[in-house]
Amino acid sequence: MRNFFDEMYGAGGEVRAPYSMVAEWLGTQRLADLKLKHDEAEALFRRTGITFSVYSEGSSAERLIPFDIVPRILSASEWRRLSAGIEQRVRALNAFMYDIYHRQEILKAGRIPVELIVQNEAFVPEMIGVDPPLGIYSHIIGIDIVRTGEDEFFVLEDNTRTPSGVSYMLENRETMMHMFPDLFSRNRVAPVETYPINLLRTLESVAPRGLDREPVIAVLTPGLYNSAYFEHAFLADEMGAELVEGRDLVVLDGALHMKTTRGLRQVDVVYRRIDDEYLDPQVFRRDSMLGVPGIFDVYRSGRTTIVNAPGGGIADDKAIYSYIPEIIEFYTGRAPILKNVPTHNCRRPEDLAYVLEHLSELVVKEVHGSGGYGMLVGPAASKDEIEKFRQKLMARPDNYIAQPTLALSTCPTLVDSGLAPRHLDLRPFVLVGDQVRLVPGGLTRVALKSGSLVVNSSQGGGTKDTWVLQD
Amino acid sequence: MLGRTANDLYWLSRYIERAENMARLLEVGYRIVLLPREGQGFHEEWRSTLASTGCAERYSSKFEKINTRDVVDFLLFDADNPSSIRSCLTTARHNARAQRTSLTRDMWECLNSSWLEFNAIKPSNVTSNQLPGLLDWIKERSALFRGTLLNTILRNDTYYFSQLGTFLERADNTARILDVKYYVLLPSSEVVGGGVDNFQWGSILRSVSAHRSYRWVYKENYKPWRIAEYLILNPQMPRSLAYSYVEIATALDDLGRQYGDRHACHETAANITKLLQTRGINSIFQSGLHEFLEDFIGRTNTLSAQISDAYHFNG
Repeated sequence: MRNFFDEMYGAGGEVRAPYSMVAEWLGTQRLADLKLKHDEAEALFRRTGITFSVYSEGSSAERLIPFDIVPRILSASEWRRLSAGIEQRVRALNAFMYDIYHRQEILKAGRIPVELIVQNEAFVPEMIGVDPPLGIYSHIIGIDIVRTGEDEFFVLEDNTRTPSGVSYMLENRETMMHMFPDLFSRNRVAPVETYPINLLRTLESVAPRGLDREPVIAVLTPGLYNSAYFEHAFLADEMGAELVEGRDLVVLDGALHMKTTRGLRQVDVVYRRIDDEYLDPQVFRRDSMLGVPGIFDVYRSGRTTIVNAPGGGIADDKAIYSYIPEIIEFYTGRAPILKNVPTHNCRRPEDLAYVLEHLSELVVKEVHGSGGYGMLVGPAASKDEIEKFRQKLMARPDNYIAQPTLALSTCPTLVDSGLAPRHLDLRPFVLVGDQVRLVPGGLTRVALKSGSLVVNSSQGGGTKDTWVLQD
Repeated sequence: MLGRTANDLYWLSRYIERAENMARLLEVGYRIVLLPREGQGFHEEWRSTLASTGCAERYSSKFEKINTRDVVDFLLFDADNPSSIRSCLTTARHNARAQRTSLTRDMWECLNSSWLEFNAIKPSNVTSNQLPGLLDWIKERSALFRGTLLNTILRNDTYYFSQLGTFLERADNTARILDVKYYVLLPSSEVVGGGVDNFQWGSILRSVSAHRSYRWVYKENYKPWRIAEYLILNPQMPRSLAYSYVEIATALDDLGRQYGDRHACHETAANITKLLQTRGINSIFQSGLHEFLEDFIGRTNTLSAQISDAYHFNG
């Protein structure tokens, strides 16, 4: 059995300072009472409707993402370091996207192979030369961070397309405050509730220039059967923005409008929660029923801002990921504050050879995969699974990257038998507009199965409230 | 506000109102079945209940005979019946979910809890002893939703479209109940005036929760033309056609003020409201109660379509 760093007990078994109060409190609680509180929390989530639809089980199936009542806690100094690293990262990522869709200096400098960009499915040639307001492409980014030791934080993934989960960060906090008010009175937990207003400010700051009125902002959702629909409605509601579907929008005379009770009304900023390929059937997928015909032209002409910009996937592509340290140095002139996980690009023959030899130790991911699908977790896989994966890998090496299996930190989590360590990660949500805005916190995802390292909700992961303590 | 939002809010309110009305009709029907009656009288009752709810055809396509268990199941739980209480709550909840941003959190949680609790009920576990309790619960949940709406919602188009849905549905419902039973309200039936008629008159009033208030207003025994007058023309009776139309006209006027324009629906609503305020019950009987009600139901449908057009319900 490997030794994992535990967020509450560290490596040695002593309670770490940020957890001292919570550990003491947990020690006084009876298991039955904690379980009761857990059930109460889930009932609250169900009543509030914080559910996601499960496609395979028919349209009426609504599930909860399991919630764990033991918070995940970060100290103020840990957070300072994380937030400095995150800010550096998102500035570099946006500078990279601007460069890639303009002069491509980084390619000319030979820091990234040209074919890795131009042959990349995530590269959107239609975006070349487009000038988004303030030069920003990814306004909302979710950075997945894992921890392996006291000072060991790694960025696992940058989600620059349409990251989701922020509503859980907010609702988890609401639920915890509702159920355990005394815990909050005894700990100085930094509030996260300013996220929606920060999001609104960010969206306003990238509205088309020269508007003579307050910008009209809409959240574009694929609709109520989408797994993140609750979040779309939640954010629109919290911002006082209109929640629209593609069918509510129409392009007329070169401008984007929504169909209101009083006729058409122009929309200035679209916070879209549908993927690039469904955005505009005239430019991307022709069979898309979710998008708006002509919206891309309106965007290109600068009359409506699309957030995040199309083509942002080039920055969170898993094949690009291993170049992020270079990217940060290239655009900021400084070394990265947050480390990357060492990554093998299977498109490189020497990397592929290494990966094929060490499959049972590595995590192998599809370059364009997400949600924990299509990946191999070597140490947890059977021989048979490894051999099957080997075939897939050899057939299309450039479709895969591989990373060492990280010793993800654990945190005590309530399970049937009591409190037990479970592996987790952290996704802070950072906003990039006229300034970088980052609320202290994020979404902590926890693998509920004993020993599992896969935290994705689609793979049975749960969530925890994430506390950042104030000094 | 999006046209689609207005449409969803309007129908959300209609379906909540419909569920409540259905609970009331079931209550009355069930009461009648419990009474010692001669012959197959209760079949007639269920037939009129089905007719009042507009579900008669669908029922007979599914069941050969009328029997209490089937009717109750069909009106309460049947997902294939778009007007069953289950379907009403499901549609209302679906609309609410689609328009969460327009509903207050209290409204959403009230509706969502109702839906979750209703879905947890196993139809086969509902015995006849539990039925009245269940129907009371449905009325309570509807009342709670209305109360929450009135107490928490902004007085703007969100509120006006919700009001329109509630009162158009209510007017339509009261008119249908009267129309299905119009023959027991004709003057000639007073001569007949036996126990059965008295009972019929009472159940009409009960199906709109008006049997007590009738006494307060008229201080006399049930008289068929009084009942008709009460439910059609009385401006104080909150389920009467006249009252419903005052609410409809008010909501439309407020909407017109907020948006700064008026449409065909404003004129239609104003005309019907005026008609209900000026027409006497005698003149209605003279020109035919059934004809009057049929015409009213048709005009209310027209109004609904005009509202939908004026406010771009379909984009």
